[in-house]
Amino acid sequence: MADTSMPHSDGAPGWIRRNRQALAPALFLLPGVLFFLFYVIFPILQSFNLSFYRWDGLGDPVYVGVDNYVELLDDRAFEVSLWNNFKWLLMYLLAIPAGLAIALFLNQNVFGIRLYKSLFFFPFVISQVVVGLVFSWFYDPTFGLLNQILGFFGLGTLNVLGDPNLVTYGIIVAGLWPQTAYCMILYLTGLNAVDPEQVEAARLDGAKGLKMLWYVIIPQLRPATFIAFVVTIIGALRSFDLISIMTNGGPFGSSRVLSFYMFEKALSEYGFRMGYGAAIAVVLFLIMLCFIAYFLWSMYQEEKGGR
Amino acid sequence: MNLLKGTAAGFAMAVGLAASAQAADLSGTLKIFSDMSNPAPRAVMEKLAADFDALHPNLTVELTVIDREAYKTQIRNFLTANAPDVANWYAANRMRPYVSAGLFEDVSDLWAEPAIADNLASTKGAMTLDGKQWGVPYTYYQWGVYYREDIYKELGLEEPKDWDTFKANCQKIIDSGKKCFTIGTKFLWTAGGWFDYLNMRTNGYDFHMALTNGEIAWTDDRVKQTFANWRELIDMGAFIDNHQSYSWQEALPFMVNGDAAGYLMGNFAVAPLREAGLTDEQIDFYQFPAINPDVALAEDAPTDTFHIPSGAQNKEAAREFLRYVTSADVQTAINAGSALGQLPVNASSSVDNDEMLNQGFEMLSSNSPGGIAQFFDRDAPAEMASVAMEGFQEFMVFPDNLDEILDRLEKARGRVY
Repeated sequence: MADTSMPHSDGAPGWIRRNRQALAPALFLLPGVLFFLFYVIFPILQSFNLSFYRWDGLGDPVYVGVDNYVELLDDRAFEVSLWNNFKWLLMYLLAIPAGLAIALFLNQNVFGIRLYKSLFFFPFVISQVVVGLVFSWFYDPTFGLLNQILGFFGLGTLNVLGDPNLVTYGIIVAGLWPQTAYCMILYLTGLNAVDPEQVEAARLDGAKGLKMLWYVIIPQLRPATFIAFVVTIIGALRSFDLISIMTNGGPFGSSRVLSFYMFEKALSEYGFRMGYGAAIAVVLFLIMLCFIAYFLWSMYQEEKGGR
Repeated sequence: MNLLKGTAAGFAMAVGLAASAQAADLSGTLKIFSDMSNPAPRAVMEKLAADFDALHPNLTVELTVIDREAYKTQIRNFLTANAPDVANWYAANRMRPYVSAGLFEDVSDLWAEPAIADNLASTKGAMTLDGKQWGVPYTYYQWGVYYREDIYKELGLEEPKDWDTFKANCQKIIDSGKKCFTIGTKFLWTAGGWFDYLNMRTNGYDFHMALTNGEIAWTDDRVKQTFANWRELIDMGAFIDNHQSYSWQEALPFMVNGDAAGYLMGNFAVAPLREAGLTDEQIDFYQFPAINPDVALAEDAPTDTFHIPSGAQNKEAAREFLRYVTSADVQTAINAGSALGQLPVNASSSVDNDEMLNQGFEMLSSNSPGGIAQFFDRDAPAEMASVAMEGFQEFMVFPDNLDEILDRLEKARGRVY
């Protein structure tokens, strides 16, 4: 072997040299690609596979075909979770206009503006767990600030987290607090890049107020809006920690979303139905896939336009 | 006299020899994984390990204490991958997944030894699955109504012995502007406690076991009767409002502040009540009263246990540890008020002189002829328990949804068993 490889070793550097342009990026990509395959693609395929089995995580998995999916169709808890996911997706988008409004408000030069900006950004820095705790105290039906305020105005009490019709909205409001701060910071950086000459030109043409915002500023903020949209959608779909902290999915399961339901079925104290959990995960993945496909497509369009 | 002395000495020597022979036999390491992570239980477990280690010079005891909640999921991993020699867990159906997967060692041989067979007979049923025993208990505690003695006195109420007095008391408490019972159902199992008691008083222990074993339909009229009794209390306004938002700890202040007069709970609620400033003159305990006089009284008394994983390395030492933990003296010591503050499982042990423990021990040993259940979520399979307890919570908030809830539970029963 060693003998025969000798003549090649002369040629090898030449081959590498000739293909350097193609090889270097491939080599640099290799570790990332391997990790991605192993930690992302492979588990996705594994989840797909697992969703066709009944398995408690201990014994041997039993192949059950599409039984798990058939059960999902008939599962009230799944239906509630799915609807809640859509509520999250829609309501969470409010963070984008709210973030834009605050960013516009803070985009001025007065004394101490940096401090105000950081104060507005603060909720995004603290942990979601803390946000959840703060809001559950705020909503507390007996001692909470919300009910103290309502009581002051003689409006009676409201148990937001104990009411199956209100609970999801209550948690979404808690989630919007940090998410708005996130969108705000994205828009603040975006606003720095707005071309002052265009604003000047628009002003000369007589544009002001909302017209100025809609036709001149927002189009220039398109990249920031796109990123804000992406992070908000992702945030809405992984809204797990707030639910776990604030209600634990309750009351009677009315605040669950798919990710929480999956966790409950597959990994919580009373769960360990791995196959069923995997089936829920697959549904969640398919929903995400719609958005991912859209994001990739629009990024591709942008790249093409850029060239 | 001499003869007597001689025999006594001989006997002592024989016992000593046997003991030292046994002690000398045990060597290597004994790995213990424990979920006793709260401060008091942790101290108990650490002392147990240290004492056992000192008792057997050639044996090294390695103790790993894992957070109690995290333990519930970690046990699945370490039983399969990296089994200790002794592990904590719970009795009854909670053992089922590990027993069916062959991860717990059959310890029926220990239960055949007189020391365990005679003294631990009361908990044998809870440790038995498929006709074999899979571990030993080390502690248990009573459930019942803890109430504000001072409020009862003020209103001129007696501890109720029957359902009518129970309801009449409650009505008087409500008329005085208080709630009869505090409860926090955010984590569901507290509602399971109420269901257990109402169901065992309405239909009895055997019905409870049959129901949790999936042998009875949830739409059965007897189950509906249980819920009808429950509904009487709900319609009266017996429970605090908004209980679905509270954990069991968050529901304690209502009793401490005197807004609610009682709490159906396990004995572990006593410690935080005392810490919150209630004195023994202010809190007392009574057994949940009879509802259906034809049904024998039965109680919930959840049992915590030790097991030997089937992948254990040092099973001989592990068996000796199980014998040690269940022995009368050790049982007395670890369940004392200054230690776990619960009830010993060994019939020859003595109960610490504590007002609540005494009453609980009295109740479980002499006034529970129907039997002793574990708890809803330990007697029923995990999946059934979670669906059912969620239904109980919904029922407590929207009693009108009962039929829909029962249909849902019945569907779950068809799938789980």
